[in-house]
Amino acid sequence: MKRRGFPAAARKALRNDQLRGNLALATGTIRERRAKAVDERPDWEELREAGRTLKLRVLRHLDSYLVQFERAVEAAGGHVHWARDDVEAGSVVARLVAEAGATEVVKVKSMTTDEIGLSEQLAASGIEVVETDLAELICQLAGDPPSHILVPAIHKNRTEIRDLFRRTIGAPDLSDEPRELAEAARLHLRRKFLSARVAVSGANFGVAETGSVCVVESEGNGRFCTTLPQTLITVMGIEKLVPSVEDLEVFFQLLPRSSTGERMNPYTSLWTGVTPGDGPQEFHVVLLDNGRTSVLADEVGRQTLACIRCSACLNVCPVYIRTGGHAYGSVYPGPIGAILTPQLSGVGGDASSLPYASSLCGACYEVCPVKIDIPRVLVHLRSRIVAEKAGGAGERIAMRVLARAFADEHRYERAQKLGRAAGRPFARKGAISHLPLLGAWTDARDLRPVARQTFREWWRTR
Amino acid sequence: MRVTLFVTCLTDTVAPEAGIAVVRILERLGHEVEFPPAQTCCGQMHLNAGYRREGRALARRFVRVFADAELVVAPSASCVGTVRELYPTLADGDEAMAREIDTLVPRVFELSELLAGRFGLEDVGATFPHRVTYHPTCHSLRVLRSGDAPYRLLRAVRDLELVELPEATECCGFGGTFAVKNADTSAAILADKVRCVLDTGADVCTASDSSCLLQIGGALSRLRTGVRTAHLAEILAAEGR
Amino acid sequence: MVANAMSSARDEILAHIRAALRDVPPDERPEDVSVPRDYLEQEPDATVERFVERVTDYGASVRTVAAAELASAVGEACREADVARIVVPRDVPAEWVPPSIEALVDAPLAAVELDRIGAALTGCALAIADTGTIVFDGGAYQGRRLLTLVPDVHLCVVREEQVVDGVPAAIRRIAADVRTARRPVTFVSGPSATSDIEFSRVEGVHGPRRLALIVVRS
Repeated sequence: MKRRGFPAAARKALRNDQLRGNLALATGTIRERRAKAVDERPDWEELREAGRTLKLRVLRHLDSYLVQFERAVEAAGGHVHWARDDVEAGSVVARLVAEAGATEVVKVKSMTTDEIGLSEQLAASGIEVVETDLAELICQLAGDPPSHILVPAIHKNRTEIRDLFRRTIGAPDLSDEPRELAEAARLHLRRKFLSARVAVSGANFGVAETGSVCVVESEGNGRFCTTLPQTLITVMGIEKLVPSVEDLEVFFQLLPRSSTGERMNPYTSLWTGVTPGDGPQEFHVVLLDNGRTSVLADEVGRQTLACIRCSACLNVCPVYIRTGGHAYGSVYPGPIGAILTPQLSGVGGDASSLPYASSLCGACYEVCPVKIDIPRVLVHLRSRIVAEKAGGAGERIAMRVLARAFADEHRYERAQKLGRAAGRPFARKGAISHLPLLGAWTDARDLRPVARQTFREWWRTR
Repeated sequence: MRVTLFVTCLTDTVAPEAGIAVVRILERLGHEVEFPPAQTCCGQMHLNAGYRREGRALARRFVRVFADAELVVAPSASCVGTVRELYPTLADGDEAMAREIDTLVPRVFELSELLAGRFGLEDVGATFPHRVTYHPTCHSLRVLRSGDAPYRLLRAVRDLELVELPEATECCGFGGTFAVKNADTSAAILADKVRCVLDTGADVCTASDSSCLLQIGGALSRLRTGVRTAHLAEILAAEGR
Repeated sequence: MVANAMSSARDEILAHIRAALRDVPPDERPEDVSVPRDYLEQEPDATVERFVERVTDYGASVRTVAAAELASAVGEACREADVARIVVPRDVPAEWVPPSIEALVDAPLAAVELDRIGAALTGCALAIADTGTIVFDGGAYQGRRLLTLVPDVHLCVVREEQVVDGVPAAIRRIAADVRTARRPVTFVSGPSATSDIEFSRVEGVHGPRRLALIVVRS
């Protein structure tokens, strides 16, 4: 991410009318569907609480659950690898692909693999990655980063996609009918599936007790990737575990309704190690840290790791639905991105503007299926950023001055009078239309000046 | 009853008519209103912006200023939300402070909570012959969960025509320092809120937070829409004009 | 060299986790974090009729027949799908296949063969009424996972007694198989779909585009 920060990136995105329209249509549609699917369940709040506490249980005992998972995967004929960071994960995968004698892999969409820049790392080792999710395929062909957790190509409309396909996958007469676009992708990818020897996937859930891995999808490319090739490599964040198979009954209800607004998504696959005669005969799990243990160490921030990547928070966020995902400069956008990215990469760095990319309206917390208190974590991260002096010096001084004024009622009243005097030249008929210090406000709104008689002045006249 | 007013720094400084209105309503209902002049700010802005140390100091001060109050009322869902939700997280092991906070928090109310909830009223004797639409504010909706209390109060106001605000639960885009730090996004969010307000054909847009009204009113004024804002308190205090 | 790096990565990550969880009391066990199970364990009104209704919503064709009529229902479904050859798992009974249809046993066949033949006939492990889901676990009459994935037409036999009410019931039924037999499980709820283009749903991106169910009354 360039060192521009969210405000500058948002300013640019907000001016993109095509993007604004695409986002409004897409997020409006999905919001309605989610609401309908959730309203159907009289036990929705009970499911949320079960989801929250299950994830809490796993996080508080993550080390023992991971060890249990590792043992179970190995007992089932799989192999477990541990990666401290993105580079380590990438080199493990590259090694495994090379050991399998392949130079091309098919890949299921996985935010985790995007997070570690896996495709770029593999390309550097001479391994070609074929994205098999329609949206990821679109992003790959267009050279764009994904802009939404669930619908990464939401920033492109059908005509833009048609033009892209005409240029890249040899379909010159394609129309912009979504059906035809999907068919073109189907044919293109089927050829790849039938010849692939190695696949890379992510995982929605890992079951600690049995070593099972679960992928929740709509298109079917996940099923192809996880059953056709000889070798399957799954990259999974360490926080993705659930304790036992039965616990999936909670998440299988929370996830589809929250993400696509369906009772159940089309395909959910759950496999355990290697099954002779059925699917890949070589299975590897790469357990990824890449900053997750830092998130775990923050008692307030820890709940961020409960995320099941449904994207419900994105679709209700007044900020995200207008700026889109690219403005966040991170693989994880929206409300969850605003708390996850700074915690993974360090609050003092490039991501320090993200916790401020929120009006704290709380709509995200309302829809989060595992009850992550995103507003609380945002405020907490802001306090960490301030404590690390990663915010602006000007703001720090202003805040300190204000705090001093508020600390004593006489100082406070003097400040009020000062503000009144200072604003007088700018006030016309009770409104300030331009105030040099608060240009950001007055650019778009009038500002009320300090009252001619403040409340406390009035009170004294009674 | 003896009701202690926490007028809030914003209302005191920029929108005193809302504070004056609270006094009028309570006195009309026969209550005695107190105003401890030592009060300044609840610390919401500092706390939300990440200035926890400064915010905590303001919280400590607030708790002391209102320690003897029987009932505290504030014309601000966001300030009451701060006291109720954030204050309990600030003690940091200081047991005396924790106790002070725990005893004060249940005594602090936002205006509509006090009138409709605590006092069980709907008709507070108001007359306001205008077409009005109500913006529920994020704090009111999601933190205080005021529910339909403000609506019931508004419906009981004589000659008031209440029009439902489309997409009412959407944020107005204020968010404290957000409006300045992310001014473009704040303005984009505000644009849709203004559109919804104008769609109602109302003359007046009301809410229980001066901060949201500053945001919405600032745009209504800049765009010369002819629509004004008024705090819920002003409407409930009104007697005819 | 690689082994050392791996064990040190493992050690380091586990050490970081333990350090991160310093606030968790050392005597706290996972079960001590209570998980309230107040959600519905049973779906009211979940019946075979509900299942048929839900899968029909997905565009699947459904025939409900008596056991004796199974083969002719299979024949009808094949005609409707314009299919004369189907792949079957090794254990599918001969009585399921009408004489008009050529059944090739998945001995196993190569994936490109499956693609070319284009139709498969299997049973299933369970069906979920509330969500219109069919569950496969590689057990009786199901064969390997490719059979329900590669061919464009999938004919699936569901016995009435295999229908359970909701997701919790289904999970509890397959949990034992996963734990002991490590069976791979697939939940299929409607044809493959993408909403990646302007959030307008397009079906049949990958996976069978035609699902024909034959529900056998008990």
